[in-house]
Amino acid sequence: LALYFHSGEREEKCIIKDVPSDTLVIGNYKVQRWDIHKQGFLESAPGLGMFVTVTTPSAEVLLSKLYGPQGTFSFTSYLSGEHVICLQSNSTRFVAFAGSKLRIHLDIRVGEHFLDESVVQAKDKVNEVNFRLEHLIEQIHHISKEQNYEREREEKFRKTSEETNSNILWWAIVQTLILISIGIWQIKSLRDFFISKKLV
Amino acid sequence: MLLRGNGIVGLWGWLTLLLVACAARASEITFELPDNAKQCFYEEIVQGTKCTLEFQVITGGHYDVDCRLEDPDGIVLYKEMKKQYDSFTFTASRNGTYKFCFSNEFSTFTHKTVYFDFQVGEDPPLFPSENRATALTQMESACVSIHEALKSVIDYQTHFRLREAQGRSRAEDLNTRVAYWSIGEAIILLVVSIGQVFLLKSFFSDKRTTTTRVGS
Repeated sequence: LALYFHSGEREEKCIIKDVPSDTLVIGNYKVQRWDIHKQGFLESAPGLGMFVTVTTPSAEVLLSKLYGPQGTFSFTSYLSGEHVICLQSNSTRFVAFAGSKLRIHLDIRVGEHFLDESVVQAKDKVNEVNFRLEHLIEQIHHISKEQNYEREREEKFRKTSEETNSNILWWAIVQTLILISIGIWQIKSLRDFFISKKLV
Repeated sequence: MLLRGNGIVGLWGWLTLLLVACAARASEITFELPDNAKQCFYEEIVQGTKCTLEFQVITGGHYDVDCRLEDPDGIVLYKEMKKQYDSFTFTASRNGTYKFCFSNEFSTFTHKTVYFDFQVGEDPPLFPSENRATALTQMESACVSIHEALKSVIDYQTHFRLREAQGRSRAEDLNTRVAYWSIGEAIILLVVSIGQVFLLKSFFSDKRTTTTRVGS
């Protein structure tokens, strides 16, 4: 757990993960609290917990749980799109009073295509190659899912561009019509006005 | 001690595995950077490790962000202002905590979505060579080359996904702007032209009552 960042005690920090559907996302985190007396980050902070909230692209809450100062959470996406993973501590201390900050270590992995180094290395060569092949097949499945997702997004992109194009065309026509009709109305109105005022 | 029982070979095996397991890490995070905000990330790196920081702005404003990378002594290794996308490779010159920050402080009201990928060390080899007596078999070499190819495919896919997200964000911005502009201009046109006619009419109405006609 290497990468970390700082956050306020009651601050919510969010991470966006754009994943295709049916993808497993696993997150590891560890949170440390700043101690004013020691002027350092405590190694362990008992009683400190983190609310982990995962929101789907359709703004539904997929996961909302309270974990301890160190934990692992995972979820499987059933929709393709941007999932928002938010972390917020359950600290009840007053913000102004504490003046404290949190150090959050975070590691999020998408799909199972990462190399799992903790698996026991097989003494048997065939098994080892077998295991690697399975890992490669998993990688290929992940690529295939991403490609499908990419196709969906490209379609959405294309629709937006075509909509913009037709909006502009439609707007140009409407504007010309408005201009012409306004012009005719103006001239007619003024002509009638001057005739009625006996100026013409 | 834990390692003593296995003998020297075992000891080196464990050490290599541990080093390899520690050395290779990649964190990719997409986060939202609010306007006038700065977000810093820290990572502990061992001396001599080759690291790569890559970032890209996906949505927001002019799609640019300030980025800054510092070593444990505070020396700035990389500093760029208002960059859309960049990739920076460096070798850690000393042990310690390296810090990199993304800043959106120059922006007044647009918040940006930034993606970054921080790779520490090289990936572990597919078939670790510490307990290997012979060279890799053909099957294993084939696995290794497939693995390398797949890694680069995944890498390209990620880049493509980010570019597509950026393009789509711009297209949606454009669409919204065109819609607002059309409606706004239609309203302005109508208001101005109707206003003109009534204003003109009002000039003639006033003059009639206050001034006398000059000439015959």
